[in-house]
Amino acid sequence: MSFHPKMSYDATFHRSARTLAPDDSGAPFVYTPENRARFDVFIQRYPADRKRSAVLPALYLVQHQQGFITGSAMRYVAGLLEITPADVEDVVSYYTMFYTKPVGTYVINVCRTLSCALNGAERVTEALSAKLGIAPGQTDASGTFTLQEVECLGACDRAPVIMVNDAWHECLTPSAVPTLVDDLRARGEAALSGCHHVIERKPQ
Amino acid sequence: MDPVLTTYVREPNSFTLDFYLQHDGYQPLKTALGKKPDEIIDLVKAAGLRGRGGAGFPTGMKWQFVDKKTEPRYIVCNADESEPGTFKDHLLMERNPHLLIEGCVIGCYAIGAKVAYIYIRGEFFHVQSNLERAIDEAYARGFLGQNILGSGFDCDVYVHRGAGAYEAGEETALLESLEGKRAQPRNKPPFPAVAGLYGKPSAVNNVETLCNVPVIVARGAEWYTAIGPEKNGGPKLYCVSGHVKKPGVFEASMHVTLRELIDGYAGGVREGRQLKAVIPGGSSVPILLPSQLDTPASFDAIQQAGSLLGSAAIVVLDDTTCMVWLAENLLHFYRHESCGKCTPCREGTDWLHKILQRIERGEGEMADLDLLSSISGNVAGKTLCAFGDAAVTPVQTTLKHFRHEYEVHIKEGRCTLPAPWRARQPVGAH
Ligand SMILES: Cc1cc2nc3c(=O)[nH]c(=O)nc-3n(C[C@H](O)[C@H](O)[C@H](O)COP(=O)(O)O)c2cc1C
Ligand code: SF4
Ligand code: FES
Repeated sequence: MSFHPKMSYDATFHRSARTLAPDDSGAPFVYTPENRARFDVFIQRYPADRKRSAVLPALYLVQHQQGFITGSAMRYVAGLLEITPADVEDVVSYYTMFYTKPVGTYVINVCRTLSCALNGAERVTEALSAKLGIAPGQTDASGTFTLQEVECLGACDRAPVIMVNDAWHECLTPSAVPTLVDDLRARGEAALSGCHHVIERKPQ
Repeated sequence: MDPVLTTYVREPNSFTLDFYLQHDGYQPLKTALGKKPDEIIDLVKAAGLRGRGGAGFPTGMKWQFVDKKTEPRYIVCNADESEPGTFKDHLLMERNPHLLIEGCVIGCYAIGAKVAYIYIRGEFFHVQSNLERAIDEAYARGFLGQNILGSGFDCDVYVHRGAGAYEAGEETALLESLEGKRAQPRNKPPFPAVAGLYGKPSAVNNVETLCNVPVIVARGAEWYTAIGPEKNGGPKLYCVSGHVKKPGVFEASMHVTLRELIDGYAGGVREGRQLKAVIPGGSSVPILLPSQLDTPASFDAIQQAGSLLGSAAIVVLDDTTCMVWLAENLLHFYRHESCGKCTPCREGTDWLHKILQRIERGEGEMADLDLLSSISGNVAGKTLCAFGDAAVTPVQTTLKHFRHEYEVHIKEGRCTLPAPWRARQPVGAH
């Protein structure tokens, strides 16, 4: 097969958008006592010589504590798990749910994959973009919202689905977007529908 | 067929231990602990249980292959559920978590493991809290931990949260991820049954698969095989989504046809619309056409029809769907999710996606169609894991059945089927 002329390796070709956060000039990262206690619980779940297994939960704790993962935090986690900082960075740069830059208070993840798209997810993204004044991948000027597109969330029967931080909102229509955003601003995650399987949830 | 796994999912508090015990929960565990581990494996083999994660491999065989001479051994439950269109394990873990926990313990007993890890995708945070609460309840009442039900058998079950990677669903990539590394697959052999988690013998089983185990122990292999066609026994969960009136998870025997699932259970396509095509087993499998709707949705019948049952994710497409758009949408997924370990898949998915974007924008050339086929052919069968084959399937299957739609895009220089549910901006804008 000949090399197709239009398939040039341009500047954007498969280069990760993520780069390791510059080393923070502030105080080195440490867990709060509560997070350290949580760490001490889940590290027990893995064999003593397999501490590395706890890298994902350890990184979630970092993100929970300070919103995103810094170079200093990666070194701290590496120390706890007795692996190299490069091992930790390898993991952070691979998984999409870790952030290496600050994100908004509410990270809105719109599912863009087939079943959601067939039910209007592209229009939901457009409506969110218009309402928030940002394109997917961006954070608004006030640092309140980050908008992202993600792949199938595993709830395609309730399409289109969005995930806001760790919470879900299902069956979102484009026309309902402006109200939802205002509602999120006013009362946070309580504005979200949650998972429709949870029938015990009290109506808000 | 009366539902077996999802009987109570719509009842309030069906996820609690009390509810589960009132409906004979943990009785199968008691029965199982009274038998020899080999007897459990033989029972699961006799029932012919086939894995529900995608490949349909017999679970009893998988357990038998686990090297019983090496300690420790592990059960690893695959709760990554990321195949586009799939949402059945989600329902089971949210509404019937004790069934999964019971399946994990019986599985551990059968292969002689003391620990089961449930690897759940990072996005299922609410499901994870529910599952962990159920695990705590099970510990408190002696169904987990030391000396379970006085049998002398010890077993721990832990939940491990992933962090957003479809490839973590591939069994060896899952093990890598559980060991604290990137979710990239290993060479096989050795298979996990010989060298799995931490290099120890392990069985990787899907959530729905493990949920079938207590049912088999309770009601026997004969009852189980009698549900459904030969070699396709037991209850099956189907996920129907896309252009249907009532999408959802439906439990049926594998005698059920695609037509019954789509027109019956899911209420059919919307008023005034016509069915165009069906993806019967998740985004990774070939498309079936309306003329094939009377195919039973069993592993073997769907395969005979030229596709795969996969994860039983049935995505229904009506006549507003542009097939070039569909291929572009799915290749965006595969391009994003390729783990990057082998070249044909890492580069091929990117090329395919770029060419599809170009055609969808109306900037394609006829030569692009041969290029699409050629790239697909250079990926399929040439990669480290099954992802490569999966990724090129949407391109190959749409080219096969809907080549004229590609040609119209190229001739007209635009998409001629811009459905109202699609973005106003052309693709490639984001
Ligand atoms: C790319 C890829 C993704 C997969 N994703 C999943 C998944 O999300 N859930 C799952 O149970 N199996 C998934 N599988 C199948 C697993 O590799 C494995 O076959 C399965 O977990 C075995 O369990 P079972 O025998 O109970 O089906 C995937 C396979 C591949 C190649
Ligand atoms: S086929 Fe794709 S997903 Fe599988 S190992 Fe190769 S690059 Fe990774
Ligand atoms: S396609 Fe959006 S949840 Fe599956």
